[in-house]
Amino acid sequence: MIGGLRTPFAKAGTVYREATAAALARHCTRELLYRAELAGDEVDEVIYGQVVPSPLVPNVAREVSLLPQFPRTIPAYTLNRACASGAQAVANAADQIHAGRADVVLAGGVEVLSDIPILHSRRFAGILQEAAKAKSLGQRVAAFAKVRPRDLKPVAPAIAEPSTGESMGQSAEKMAKENGISRVAQDELALMSHQRAAAGTRDGRLTAEIAPWFGGRDRDQVVTADNLIRADTSLEALAALRPVFDRRYGSVTAGNASPLTDGAATVLMMSEEKAHALGHVPLVAVRSHAVAAVDPGWQLLMGPVYAVPRALQRAGIAWSDLGLVEIHEAFASQVLSNVQAWGSEAWAARLGLAAPVGEVDWSRTNVMGGSIAIGHPFAATGARLVTTLAHEMVRRQVQFGLISICAQGGMGFAMVLENVT
Amino acid sequence: MSAFRTSRRGGVAILTFDLPGEPINKISQAVGWELEELLDRLIHDETVTAMVLDSAKPDVFIAGADIEEFTRLATVEEATKLSRDGQLLMQRIAASPKPIVAAIHGACLGGGLELALACQARIVTTHPKTQLGLPEVQLGLIPGAGGSNRLPRRIGLRAALDMILTGKPVDGRKALRLGLADELVPEAILLDVAVAAAERLARGTKPKRGGRGVTGFLLDGTPLGRLVVFRKAREQVEAKSGGHYPAPLRALEVIRTSYDDGMAKGLVAEAEAFGELAMTDVSRRLVEIFFATTALKKDDGVPPGVGIGRPVRRLGVVGSGFMGAGIAGTAVLQAGVQVRLKDADLARVGKGIRSAEKILEARVKRRRMSELEYERQRALVSGTGDWSGFAGTDLVVEAVFEELGVKRQVLEDLEAVVPATTVLATNTSTIPIGEIAAAARHPERVLGMHFFSPVEKMPLLEVIPHEGTAVDPVVTAVQFGRRMGKTVIVVADSPGFWVNRILTPYLNEAGFLLEEGVPIEVIDRAMTDWGFPVGPVTLLDEVGLDVGEKAGMVMHAAFGSRLAPSRVLQVMRADDRLGRKNGRGFHFYKDGRRTGPDDSVYRLLGVRGATGVDEAAIRDRLVFAMLNEAAMAMSEGVVRTPRDGDIGAIFGIGFPPFRGGPLRALDAIGAIEAVEQLERLARVHGARFAPAAVLQEMARTGARWYPDGGRR
Repeated sequence: MIGGLRTPFAKAGTVYREATAAALARHCTRELLYRAELAGDEVDEVIYGQVVPSPLVPNVAREVSLLPQFPRTIPAYTLNRACASGAQAVANAADQIHAGRADVVLAGGVEVLSDIPILHSRRFAGILQEAAKAKSLGQRVAAFAKVRPRDLKPVAPAIAEPSTGESMGQSAEKMAKENGISRVAQDELALMSHQRAAAGTRDGRLTAEIAPWFGGRDRDQVVTADNLIRADTSLEALAALRPVFDRRYGSVTAGNASPLTDGAATVLMMSEEKAHALGHVPLVAVRSHAVAAVDPGWQLLMGPVYAVPRALQRAGIAWSDLGLVEIHEAFASQVLSNVQAWGSEAWAARLGLAAPVGEVDWSRTNVMGGSIAIGHPFAATGARLVTTLAHEMVRRQVQFGLISICAQGGMGFAMVLENVT
Repeated sequence: MSAFRTSRRGGVAILTFDLPGEPINKISQAVGWELEELLDRLIHDETVTAMVLDSAKPDVFIAGADIEEFTRLATVEEATKLSRDGQLLMQRIAASPKPIVAAIHGACLGGGLELALACQARIVTTHPKTQLGLPEVQLGLIPGAGGSNRLPRRIGLRAALDMILTGKPVDGRKALRLGLADELVPEAILLDVAVAAAERLARGTKPKRGGRGVTGFLLDGTPLGRLVVFRKAREQVEAKSGGHYPAPLRALEVIRTSYDDGMAKGLVAEAEAFGELAMTDVSRRLVEIFFATTALKKDDGVPPGVGIGRPVRRLGVVGSGFMGAGIAGTAVLQAGVQVRLKDADLARVGKGIRSAEKILEARVKRRRMSELEYERQRALVSGTGDWSGFAGTDLVVEAVFEELGVKRQVLEDLEAVVPATTVLATNTSTIPIGEIAAAARHPERVLGMHFFSPVEKMPLLEVIPHEGTAVDPVVTAVQFGRRMGKTVIVVADSPGFWVNRILTPYLNEAGFLLEEGVPIEVIDRAMTDWGFPVGPVTLLDEVGLDVGEKAGMVMHAAFGSRLAPSRVLQVMRADDRLGRKNGRGFHFYKDGRRTGPDDSVYRLLGVRGATGVDEAAIRDRLVFAMLNEAAMAMSEGVVRTPRDGDIGAIFGIGFPPFRGGPLRALDAIGAIEAVEQLERLARVHGARFAPAAVLQEMARTGARWYPDGGRR
């Protein structure tokens, strides 16, 4: 990995209210190209993740590779590993390079929840298709005559499991209860996330990874930092929030969950030989990656518990070898449930391990905050984590770093990075 | 060598125009003779049923008549005969018993379109390079090979007047809509479609052509309607040409004759008008300018064969103000390069990106660019607050604040990030390039690129090597300037370069006139009457009074009392009048539009409106101030040739094109007369009018700026 860059992450419906996912993805990729001082024609492939694509732009990766800075001949595909998509794109890029099929790959992810497709009901869609096929005015009228008022209600994609109908928040609520994660513990994690992200923004470590966005009608409203981080929040303020998914006995609030966010992030990957030939200094290498899945009807966001030991085993290292860890914070209850399982004897037995995976050391984990504070544009998060972790690994001169991401469908993703500077 | 190849598709003979040794096709007398002979043979060939005419040149059907031939015409009779010969050729084509179809891809202009109009049908391509037009008025002429008669008959009076009086071309789509073209097809099937059309015509099928609707019929198809159209057109032409350009009025007369008295009389009138116009000074000057700009397109500003330009793929622009953004937007639009726009303040960067986008949007609004193309092009502009992306630039243009220290600092910063091969240009109007380059580590790749504002509209670029600039960077800058759509002249690193140098005494003189109480509109009218697009006072408002004042001081410091400015601009600026940009200047402005002279200026200057001022006297003072300075600068070698000097004045200041430029104008006046006039002015108004030494010398020797009297 040579470098990474992202747009500012912004609350959905704010900075990128009128922008498209393609615009964000193109913006940060183009800026990465310039910051990496690439000419453009070195790039062999573009791999991008997007969880909720626009039906008008089903392959956003190709829109990125059609930037006029590139030759028009760079193949590109868009993948969907839910919230792990950005990380999966990086993993696929690494695999392509390992296999000798590419030397330079741009990998990333984008989500613009300000611009999600709003659908018609299936019945209304059927009527529209029938009307489009009609050969006479009579047939057309007959088709539209079937429309009932309830058919006209628009359908927005929900963040819910298609297989269980359970929303992500309900799953997080269930995990908090079943794993005994307290409201206070969740709020403390959220507070830490905001305080650390605020510090990372203040000292420039986070903003160095951000391509300024030129917003507004005259493009003079320049956004250089994420807009969801609250430097001034407190435990009291967080405690005052009401639970969303279970108003009486619940503990998951808007404060200890990741918010709906817009953003894009891109990572530049090269083979070692190519990097040296072009005069680039590689920061980290992908040492291993692994993915796992659990029954979505059980505890939806426990996938990482399985994926992490797999990735460590493939990397040939132990938890104790990790100098830094980045855990995607979908919900504080999910993070704490994952952490609890990695440290537990009972879980070690369940995972078929001789000993627990490891105890999380918070001084080395999510050191610049996480998705609760910074925000979570689904497919972009993985690429953000790779970028942030890589730069911090170089700054702290640690050898190994780990990324852990929970994803829809009961999936978990883990990746081990190795410092190669 | 023959200009046409023939081939066959069944009964259809295909005549492919491929002028040997030329990148384009043009119609000369020799080509005409060959074509007539060829047609004769094919018409008598019984196996041939129809013909198709196409071109082997990429993106050019026929670019027009061979204008070289025009310059050899010595008398009205000769010119009239040239026109008659052209008409006869077209008549032969029009009267051919076997149908001829023009298969048009690329430029189809002037004589090329007249030829196509004589054919029985025209098939055009959808390609943007396909442009059909009759630009003769731009050379002070009218279409003389039947075009003035045939175009109105083909597309109706109003549309034909629009094309002939402005000289503006239309693309394939518009040609189809006007009825100028019969079919609009992609290039790949052009020949197939043309052959099929020829076969259909040979079988006797008439081409289907739509009517023009009720309004069209009333205006174009009835004598009363045409009267209205002619009167309106005449008013517009008179307003626009200011009486300086006879060609559009003659075109109107010819077209009217053609309608009133029939085509035979119309053709006679056309040939006579062409003959007379070809001998006018106006036409000669416009043809000279045409050749001068054509020559400049091949001139890299260094002796031929010396120096290699660097192809520019990524352009850096430092400073995202009005000028920087204009350079960025124009570079994207015209040259299609990536632009990295840098400014210390990100909000300014954003505004600059927006301004550059607006240049592209103007094209979309005029339907000259699709939304999709706009999206692609606008992604070529990116902004930054640091130097990222500059390591990959081939050329950087710096357009920061006009201050030596700032510009030197930018150069120093740039040299730290760009490779030694990147050419570094500074956009300045007042600071010597040599002084800016003096601190550079590699001064040999530093030069000046003086753009004019607004960059997207102003057609001139001055490229200024300083003493130590190497050859290759000059070639790179000149070639890139041309890709930006500019006419480029290479000028010496002397204060004011060329354009501002000759402008300075002219604007100074306008200031003196104001001080004497001459009203704003009287000064300006003297110059617009003489043929300038705007007068000097309006020009000051447009340029900015602060900019004008500063430039005036620099020029005064460099050249001494001769170029001492009036106190007018100082007084104006002290009253916070900056011209158009802050809506306060010599004029009132409302919603960005000039509404009239601001009378309060006279009180501010402490003058009372002068009465009984003589427009001729005003004109002489302004014009001779400029001409004298031009002679002086030319003799100092500020420009390489009189050609460059004249083109610079025409494209940079709007010097009346029909006068051919300041040096041509001096030749027309004659050095003896010019010296006398200047001496007279010097006696009345002071030593600033003392005639240039070179003019006195020329008056003695009888030398001229253009010794051959103007032929090229």
